[in-house]
Amino acid sequence: MTPPPPGMKSPPAAIKPPPAGGSPWRLAWRRLARSRATLAFGGLFLAVVMLCLLAPVYAREIAHTGPNDNHITETVKVGGKTLEVVSPTGVPIGPTWHSRFFLGADANGRDVAVRLLYGGRNSLEVGALATLITMLLAVLIGVLAGYFRGVTDGVLSRLLDVIWAFPPILLGVALGVALAVGGLDLGVVKLHSGSLLLPALIVGVVFVPYVARPLRGQVLSLRRREFIDAARVQGHGHMRILASELLPNLTSTIVVFIPLMLANAILLEAGLSYLGAGVQDPNPSWGTMLAEGIRLTPGAIHLVLVPGLMLVAAVLGVNVFGDGMRDALDARA
Amino acid sequence: MIGFLARRLAGMVAVLLAISLLTFLIFQVIPGGDPAVRMAGRLATPAQVQDVRRAWGFDRPVYDQYLTTMGKVLDGTVVSYSQQINVEDEIVRSLPPTISLALGAGVIWLFFGVLFGVLSAITAGRLLDRSLTVVALVGISTPAFFLGALLLYYFGYRLELLPLGGYVPLTRDPWGWFTHMLMPWLALSVAFIGVYARVLRSNVLDTMSEDYVRTARAKGLSERRVLVRHVLRNSLIPIVSLWGLDFAAVVGGGAIVIESVFDLHGVGQYAAESIARLDVPPVLVVTLLVACAVVVLGAVVDILYAALDPRIRLAR
Repeated sequence: MTPPPPGMKSPPAAIKPPPAGGSPWRLAWRRLARSRATLAFGGLFLAVVMLCLLAPVYAREIAHTGPNDNHITETVKVGGKTLEVVSPTGVPIGPTWHSRFFLGADANGRDVAVRLLYGGRNSLEVGALATLITMLLAVLIGVLAGYFRGVTDGVLSRLLDVIWAFPPILLGVALGVALAVGGLDLGVVKLHSGSLLLPALIVGVVFVPYVARPLRGQVLSLRRREFIDAARVQGHGHMRILASELLPNLTSTIVVFIPLMLANAILLEAGLSYLGAGVQDPNPSWGTMLAEGIRLTPGAIHLVLVPGLMLVAAVLGVNVFGDGMRDALDARA
Repeated sequence: MIGFLARRLAGMVAVLLAISLLTFLIFQVIPGGDPAVRMAGRLATPAQVQDVRRAWGFDRPVYDQYLTTMGKVLDGTVVSYSQQINVEDEIVRSLPPTISLALGAGVIWLFFGVLFGVLSAITAGRLLDRSLTVVALVGISTPAFFLGALLLYYFGYRLELLPLGGYVPLTRDPWGWFTHMLMPWLALSVAFIGVYARVLRSNVLDTMSEDYVRTARAKGLSERRVLVRHVLRNSLIPIVSLWGLDFAAVVGGGAIVIESVFDLHGVGQYAAESIARLDVPPVLVVTLLVACAVVVLGAVVDILYAALDPRIRLAR
């Protein structure tokens, strides 16, 4: 900003800044706050997260049972009638809409509502960890490949090509089954075969190219811009340029990718768990619950509907929120 | 053009080699994945296990085993560990259901994806656009196997309208083929329709604000002609590449989940079953098949790109 020429008074302080001004982030936030659908679906996702976090409270105070407790031989009173939790032919009870077995039981006589909430914790945890892994690796690879080009770019891009050429689910299943058998020994940390970190790692790695490639492209075009040259002429090192010139310009792309990757990670975890390569028994997740339900159809459709609809609600919440966020950050829209 | 093809071919071979090596190594390092122990049976003596190991060459160094296996893959003589059946014969047997699935679903998702995307873009902000957006987002958010299971339950079991899974060859019974494939096609297509509709909607909206579209309108072209000749021709280009890669992934067994839900006995299901048995040769061949399909169709898409969009040049 140029200083006012001599002899001219500074502008009176009473003039307010125009309402449309502010940083791009503030503008984006204002646009986001205006879109009621975006906020509503973001709220839906938060509600699902809160419910799942409260799983232990629900299990202890309302259902009085744990996620892995069997009640296969017990009975439950519903509206004065005594019903078996699991019939002699192996058909579990449907939703009772009472405190016990609110959403029915599964084939082992476990409370579906309790398992749904505990399973949601696992699904969301795997999704969040996987997203974190994807974003960290993708930003690292995309920025390094795009900025340094040359051999670094060649090696990293070929690596992405290799991961890219596997369909996510096939690579996930191969890694999942391979690691589920023996766990993973990274030297420093040893992951046991039941650990939630394993599916998170698999899902995270599988999605890296989907984020790293667009980021690399963006860095390739950014590095030719004048402000990068200016930073280099000023004598800044590579690390400084990467951290304080490039990364801030990538933030909105990164932010847009986060909900997209979270939604996809939750979906892929469900697919892997359905094929037995994700979260391992007896740990519940939405995917493993769906798999059990599908094995039992047509006996007990509530075992498919309950985890399926919860999963769709969570993923839909993230997707609509992410969609709205992208519109808010994209000034053209 | 020839230089482009040569570079592309070299890159393809390199990626395929890396993938084969990676797949082989993944299964090599699994603890308890020793195939000789499983093949010798539960009651085998250590000497018998040793015999199997020697007969199949599991005692040789890893690079030697890898080269031998790859040689057999190229000859078409590779045999699975668990059933000791020729792997390539098995894959040829499981290709018809997979190709039926990919072709049918591919046509459905391309047609409805483009239809919904265009309708959404030309009514942007109005009720139709909003409803289609909701439909697309619900589609993207629904796992295909959940949808498949619901379809099977309601249309197959409750209403008894459609068969409960399985595959009927087209040559034997075209109507039976169609009724057996209808639900798998729908279950697989829904998520893709959502993605394509969203991508196309934003492409069309972007293109509509270009100068040449305004020029086309200004010189008096009808709205239909502007849309078809000027806007769509540009907006559909990314869809071509998306479709090529998605189609390739499904042909290569990427629709594992749908194939298992509907018990189609396709390539993906074969891969999943082999993975569960830690049976390396079939997994290796299927992953190479997918990778091949993805890489080849990727190159085809690049060439198509240049044909569709004169601004893009292949030499880079």
